[in-house]
Amino acid sequence: MEKQKLVLIGNGMAGIRTIEEILKLLPDQFDITVFGKEPYPNYNRIQLSKVLQGDTELKDITLNEWDWYEDNGIRLYPGETVTKIDKDNQVVYTDKGKETAYDKLIIATGSNPFMLPLPGVDKEGVTAFRDIEDCEKMIEYSEKYKRAAVIGGGLLGLEAARGLLNLGMEVDVIHIADYLMERQLDRAAGKLLQQELEKQGMNFLLEKQTAEITGKKRATGLKFKDGGKIPADLVVMAVGIKPNVAMAQESGIEVNRGIVVNDHMETNVPNIYAVGECAEHDQMVYGLVAPLYEQGQALAKHICGMNHQGYKGSVLSTQLKVSGVDVFSTGLINETENTKSIKVFDEWRNTYKKVLVEDDKLTGAVLFGDTSEGSKLLSLIKKGADVEEYLESESSADDGADVVASMSDDELICGCNGVSKGAIVDAIKSDGLTSVEEIKGATNASRSCGTCKSLVSDLLTHTLGDEYAGNEKETICACTDLSRDEVIAEIKEKGLTHTKEVMNVLEWKTEEGCSKCKPALNYYLGMVYPKEHEDERESRFVNERLHANIQKDGTYSVVPRMYGGVTNAEDLRTIADVAEKYDVGMIKLTGGQRIDLLGVKKEDLPDVWKDLGMPSGSAYAKSVRTVKTCVGAEFCRFGTQDSTGMGIQLEKKFEGLNTPHKVKMGVSACPRNCAEGGIKDVGVVGLDGVWEIHVGGNGGTELRQAELLAKVKTQAEVLEYTAAFLQYYRENASYLERTSHYVERVGIEHVQDVVNNDEMRKELSERMDEALSVYKEPWNDVIESETTLKDLYEKVNAN
Amino acid sequence: MEQTVRKVYVGNYSDLPERIGKTVVLEDKEIAVFKLTSGKLHAIENRCPHKGGVLSEGMVSGEHVFCPLHDWKINMTDGLVQAPDEGCVQTFDVVQEGEEVYVKVPENEA
Repeated sequence: MEKQKLVLIGNGMAGIRTIEEILKLLPDQFDITVFGKEPYPNYNRIQLSKVLQGDTELKDITLNEWDWYEDNGIRLYPGETVTKIDKDNQVVYTDKGKETAYDKLIIATGSNPFMLPLPGVDKEGVTAFRDIEDCEKMIEYSEKYKRAAVIGGGLLGLEAARGLLNLGMEVDVIHIADYLMERQLDRAAGKLLQQELEKQGMNFLLEKQTAEITGKKRATGLKFKDGGKIPADLVVMAVGIKPNVAMAQESGIEVNRGIVVNDHMETNVPNIYAVGECAEHDQMVYGLVAPLYEQGQALAKHICGMNHQGYKGSVLSTQLKVSGVDVFSTGLINETENTKSIKVFDEWRNTYKKVLVEDDKLTGAVLFGDTSEGSKLLSLIKKGADVEEYLESESSADDGADVVASMSDDELICGCNGVSKGAIVDAIKSDGLTSVEEIKGATNASRSCGTCKSLVSDLLTHTLGDEYAGNEKETICACTDLSRDEVIAEIKEKGLTHTKEVMNVLEWKTEEGCSKCKPALNYYLGMVYPKEHEDERESRFVNERLHANIQKDGTYSVVPRMYGGVTNAEDLRTIADVAEKYDVGMIKLTGGQRIDLLGVKKEDLPDVWKDLGMPSGSAYAKSVRTVKTCVGAEFCRFGTQDSTGMGIQLEKKFEGLNTPHKVKMGVSACPRNCAEGGIKDVGVVGLDGVWEIHVGGNGGTELRQAELLAKVKTQAEVLEYTAAFLQYYRENASYLERTSHYVERVGIEHVQDVVNNDEMRKELSERMDEALSVYKEPWNDVIESETTLKDLYEKVNAN
Repeated sequence: MEQTVRKVYVGNYSDLPERIGKTVVLEDKEIAVFKLTSGKLHAIENRCPHKGGVLSEGMVSGEHVFCPLHDWKINMTDGLVQAPDEGCVQTFDVVQEGEEVYVKVPENEA
């Protein structure tokens, strides 16, 4: 049988999704030809703003690679526009003079950006924000010019504005309404969004109508109807889109706002269908991806002759993230005379929720800041649920699983990719999937916007029950199915003493572990048995094995101990002499108030240490690194306490202590906190007659402010409370978990309860003393051991 | 041009520490020699194909070594970088004569 000729006009998300669905149903039935105006394969238009920001390339947002077309025997003509349909002879004509006959024709021409017919709209520097070419133009302008104006404060306009901010431009957003995104948000949420975006540097001109784009050949500014004006070198028009229907209309297909289709996406002309943004169904034209995919699915079923009820319209929902701000809305957005609303505004967390109810049924919702309830609300509103069902689900703990349980098998979980509940459950069962990531790989669910991740996760719980909960636990690494807590319990119970023994007894999947579990196990063994455990040098990362920091060229850096960041003339002279003698590449002050000698050869390390005659500064170790101090009461006119003395005591006490991750401390003598204790693992602040101890701060990868652990009176108490905190962290955190993550995870209240309990604090301090008792200064240890020198520091020279 | 093989003395077998690399410095390159838990010896080019990390300082697990710079995992038997990363390092034959351990280094002679 000869294959039917299927032609698709428009190589975008809706059209290609339809083809994908058809290929799933009847892979060999059709001879497929695709015409696309843009010279690219199908890409994810929703993520255009990422391309605009300059850090994402086209290939990163490509949905179907060139190979996909080839593998499925699809003839693709990129960069070629269909100019005319001869509906009587069933042939399409292109701008490159091609004639192609069809049995079935799908029109998926999408939309064109709507350009306001303003004077000056044709000047250089005026652009839409719709495709790759627009992005390239905007990036090019951002390199030459400073000021951008975005006309339109809707979804598209705000994404464009955010991208331009990232490109270093100053951005004014001009919007006709009195709040942002008025089609998706209510006034309250719109205003919250505005505040947040203003903090990020966007400037808004609301209730403004642009009258003219000014400038000679090139745009240089905007003039408003109220007479005001602003300068602008780049003008981005993002006021909306209109269905691209001109060609269809000229070819004699019925068009209203979009190409008019019925529930099977059929136009008024036989064998011609329309899908996506160009189609009008039941007087609605959709511009969001989920409805377009639902249409594509319905059309595919119809073309393949499957008995299908057709497309019945979509309940719209919007979920987006504008630079870190989550917003969500669905159904009805604004109150009417007949609605009652449930509103929650949390000024502290800056979150807002509104749920609208009409005749006891949920009809719409707006979420700002926290959108975790979004998929639940969408599902409830879609099925026209009763408000009581929502309120009950709010109070029950495992509400997520209940919602997915009540969904029918053909209900969509992932709107973006058209994946139904049934498809996911089948995949979980037949392929033995146990994680959201695996489901994403197998079914595409949650691959696009990610909103449905929580639903997918709920579905896993619902399908697998306790098994799933068991599988989601965090194991030490891929070598074992055991978690940190389970391994430590086994170490204690079975008296395991060596990493190899742990791996053998606990049935590790790999012969000798990996670079993750080896150092972790070595740490846990030392923590459980401080006196008995013999540290395993081969389970240590190079820096801790060699007691120096490896650099990118294989040389090392040396940081001598300098308690509290205080030094003297003699030590400085010695350091200078050593630096000269060994020809160090760079001498650098560190962030922790130390001196770093960089570019030392491995074989020179022991001699450098010997000549320095100073203890190791532990700058390379998962250990107490430095105690940074301010000048303090001894000299500073504001100082209230002896911060340097306190810092030196702390550093001497905890020197060389093994910890799950590095520990940095700071001691200041007044609230100015010059030692920056607010971003230290332990930050001590001396006030008049009192010391504050703050913990869990971080100034690095994830900025976190330290939280107050306790206020104490004496230096001895500072030492004691710090000891208790660090020991509790050592005993309970995972290896490589910083105090910031640990405190965030368990909560400061919990840590306070433990450390402020006299008995527990005493016991923790005792165990700390035991841990500290085994410390041997490592540099001196190396210098004195001939075997270590030979094994670790000598090279074989075969020149 | 003819290829010859040069034998380079590394050390005595019992002096080589287990699971710790030994760096052998030649004129134009370095070789990392490892003694595994099994007692087997391996020699590979001492340069990770990623950013040139010194593999002799890497952590050893079974037949693999993890580069100290960015944790690439390399099989010492065939020199292949393990997924998801890609690449390979040169491997060298190790021979033992009595206690003495040698690496065989191919050399090009004019």
